[in-house]
Formats: sequence, structure tokens, C-alpha cells
Amino acid sequence: MSWLTAFRAIVAREALRFVHQRERFLAALVRPLVWLLVFAAGFRAALGLSIIPPYQTYITYETYIVPGLCGMILLFNGMQSALSLVYDREMGSMRLLLTAPLPRWWLLLSKLAGATAISILQVYAFLAIAALFGITVPGWGYVTVLPALALAGLMLGALGLALSSFIRQLENFAGVMNFVIFPMFFLSSALYPLWKMAESSELLHDICAVNPFTHAVELIRFALYLRLEPWALLWVTLATLAFGALAIWGYDPARGLIRKRA
Amino acid sequence: MIRTTLATSALALAVALPLQADEIWVTNEADDTISVIDIETLEVTRTIPTGERPRGITFAKDHSVVYICASDSDAVQVMDPETGEILHDLPSGEDPEQFVLHPDNRHLYIANEDDAITTVVDTVSREVVAQIDVGIEPEGMAVSPDGTIAITTSETTNMAHWIDTETQELFANTLVDSRPRHAEFVKDGTELWVSSEIGGTITVFDVETQSEKAKIDFDLPNIHPDRVQPVGFEFTNGDEIAFVALGPSNHLAVVDAETYEVENYILVGRRVWHMAFNADRSKLFTTNGLSGDVTVVDVASRTAEKTIKVGRFPWGAAFRPTN
Repeated sequence: MSWLTAFRAIVAREALRFVHQRERFLAALVRPLVWLLVFAAGFRAALGLSIIPPYQTYITYETYIVPGLCGMILLFNGMQSALSLVYDREMGSMRLLLTAPLPRWWLLLSKLAGATAISILQVYAFLAIAALFGITVPGWGYVTVLPALALAGLMLGALGLALSSFIRQLENFAGVMNFVIFPMFFLSSALYPLWKMAESSELLHDICAVNPFTHAVELIRFALYLRLEPWALLWVTLATLAFGALAIWGYDPARGLIRKRA
Repeated sequence: MIRTTLATSALALAVALPLQADEIWVTNEADDTISVIDIETLEVTRTIPTGERPRGITFAKDHSVVYICASDSDAVQVMDPETGEILHDLPSGEDPEQFVLHPDNRHLYIANEDDAITTVVDTVSREVVAQIDVGIEPEGMAVSPDGTIAITTSETTNMAHWIDTETQELFANTLVDSRPRHAEFVKDGTELWVSSEIGGTITVFDVETQSEKAKIDFDLPNIHPDRVQPVGFEFTNGDEIAFVALGPSNHLAVVDAETYEVENYILVGRRVWHMAFNADRSKLFTTNGLSGDVTVVDVASRTAEKTIKVGRFPWGAAFRPTN
């Protein structure tokens, strides 16, 4: 019973934080929309795409980058959630949270679930606005993408949690931007298909191919077109477990980094 | 006895085989072949060799034979669509590019690109009935539904030439924009539409007076106007909506045939050229020359659904019902 209470409290706190930070919601929407409506518009005709699965015919560049931008929202939110944990640590509210008489992994999972649910809401808001601009996917795609978004959101949230256990101060978050978000986003299939990367450099292609964010984007891309990409599913699941384990280890009071620092 | 056994086994075979789906036939200009697309599975089921550089393609009204303009063989070939066998060639004049079958199902009107003439061939006697001097580089061909008027458009003279099919003589010439490619009679033959590739327009004529009634322009966002080159076009049931292939802009335009307004654009393959509908006109198949494929467009939702690889430089398309 107390487990559920804690879960509810943590998710409610995430939701409250979200409701109170309307600017954050807007910023999270504006970022992918700028990419979609400004950046992609210029490439609309310039970038000739050949037909690659899951697409059955030629598509505009806007259509191509929609899954990548869904991934971008999840990625930024995952990191934002990590940032809030660092903030909590500085303010002292984390101490309260971590002293709850429940396993640490449960508290982290609750936090992760709350953050992912909010990310998914933002992705749907983004997809709705994209649809208003005529950039759509098959109708059922909006339903089948939900589990893909949830898994990708959990993976990126877990990565954020793992990172947050290593970052002591708020100021260091800029480093996360430079060394995690940007490489993860740009070295993936979010903006260009992998075969396009291979044309310029095999090494670049190989880096993109092992980047878990690539697989998260591909999982979302295929799910939007009612298809399952098993390889991407495997990769994302493994990455989620690995990042999750790292986060639990990072926050473990016995062996974790927190104690060492204290 | 043997004959009965054979007939029975043939019948058994026919029953055992699933019903054949309708087909779209596509001429591949650079491969000297025809790709046959099964409308149900949307896959190429047959590739049939033809003469050199096949372009225009049309079926006889009863679909018993298919006529193919083999431009570099200087012939119109007549093929059995069941077997893919060339039955015979028709005399066509030099470099036949496009043609149209007269409603009498007997006379073919053929544009001879290099000779500046339109040749009329009787498909039964296999003889040239008439040769009519027209403008330089004739291409687009159309015959009115009542069969009284034939149209040839000439690419270099930039004209639509109006031919009286009784006398096989010109009775009017009307100017259109640069390089006219394709012509069609619509609305029970009261209107004539002519596309101009370089001019980037479609000119609509009133057939009775041969006067210009409207001009349709295309304006694609993000695409240079030079690449917007209207070529082939087809109409939905009731001639309400026209789909226009815009060549190297890689898009189809959807035009309201009443108001002459462009409603939207659909992305298809590269250098979209001609197109054909299925039986109920719910699906449209476009030939994309440079990308070597055919895009299937859903007419109701106006979206491209699938693109199918065919031969090199697909040019013309024609529908063949099989049931």
C-alpha cells in the first residue's frame, strides 16, 4: 500500500511540476516544431530520399524527421528530469525522498514513470500540431506508437537518472547538453537515414548504428507505420535495462556515488 | 475422347486457379519492355519484351489486343495481352510517340514526331488511310467522344491542330503555351485540355468555338517553377477532378475541373510522366521516368500509398481488366 502511495506521490509531483512550468511545456514543443517547420522546410525538395522501410513510397523530409523529433522530445525530457533531480539534491528535497522506507529502485522507477508519462503527452501534442500542418501518419499509427514511445521514454529517462547520479551541481548540466544530448541526437537516424551517413563516412555510420537513440527513433518510426522493428526493440530494451541498472547502482546508498561524495 | 479429356482438364485448371486480378501495363522506354502490375498485390507479375523504345500504349476497346508505339522501331506493334506475343506491326510512319484509338475501335491516329505529320492507320486492313501535315514535333493526340474531331499537339510549333475526321483535314489551329505534350477531350467532348510542358500550364478550350476558356497554372511551394512541367493528365469519374503529372517537380497536381483551381499536390517518384486509373477510378498509377517506378495514389484520400519498381524510364500506362 505504501508503495502505491509513494508511486502516486512521486508521479503527482512530476505532474505538478509540469503544470506549474508552462514555459517548459511550450519550450519542449517549440524546439521540435522549429526543426519541423523551419529546418525541414528548407530541405523539403533538396534532399532526395530513396524508399526505405517502413515507408512504401516517396516522402518529404518533414515526414522523415517526425519520428526523430518525437525522440528529441523524449531525450530532452529525460535530461530535464535528470536536471530536476540534481536540483532536488541541491535543495535538499531529495534527502526526504530517499529516506522513504521503500526500496530505492522503486522510488527511481516511480520518478521514471511520471517523467515518461509527461514526455508522451508532449509527443502527442507535437504530433497533433504536425498533423495540423498536414504532416500525418496512418491513423492507427498514433495508437501503435504508444508502447514504442513508452519504452523509448523509459530508456532515455533511465539514462537521465544514471547521469544525474554522477552530476553534483546544476552548473554541470551544460556538459550534459554538449556531451550527451547533441552527440546522441546528431549521431543518429533522427535527421538522416543511416545509408545517407554511410555515403559520407563508414565510421559515422557505425557510430550511429550503435547509438541507442538511433534504435529508439527507428522503433518509433516503424511503430508510427504499424510495424515492429525487432532489432530496434531488442536494442532499446537492453539499453533501458543497462541504464536502469546504472541508475540503481548510482543511487545505491551502500555502494553508490552519493555516499562516496558525502 | 482426347478432346473431351483436354477440355475437362482445362476447365478444372481454370476453376482451380484463383481469379486473375486486373492489371496496369507500363511501357519502359529504356528497357524495351512492358511491366505488368497486378492491381491486387501491387507487384510486377510479368515483363514482356517489345520493339525499341516503347512509349504510347493503348488497348482495343474489347481489350483483345494492345497497341504499343515502338518509337525507334518506327512501328506500332499489336500484341496479344494474354500471351505477350507480338501479333504483327502496323505501318505507323516514322518515330511514332503517342497515338489514340478512334471510338470506331478501328482507326489509330498516330503522332509522328520526326516527320511533322499525323498518320491515320486502319488496324483491320493494316493500311495507312491518311497522312495529315501538322506542326513540328507532333506529340499529344486526342479524339472527341463522338469521333468527329482529332487533335494533334505539336511541341515546337506550340499549337493544337484540329482535324476533321471525315475529311482528314485540318480545320483549325490554336496556339497554346510552349511545348504541348498531351490533350484530352472532357465533359462529353465539350472541352479540350492541352498541357504545355515548358509553359507550365494547361489550356482549356471550348470545343464548339475552339476558343480558349481557361488557363491553369501550377505553383508548388519550394520547387523552382522551371521544374514544374505538366505532361500527362487523367480525370476521375464524371470529369470532376483532374490529376496532372508535373514532370521533374515529382508531384501530381489535383485540379478541380469545374473551377480550374489547383487543390493540392501529391509527392510521387521522379519525373512523373503519364498515368492510368483502375476500373472504378479509385486508384491511380503514375509512371515515374527517372526513378524507374510506378506510384499508386489513392484517389479518395489523395495520398501516395506505395511505389513499385518497374523497368528503366517508364513512360506510358494503360489499364487492362481481366475478369
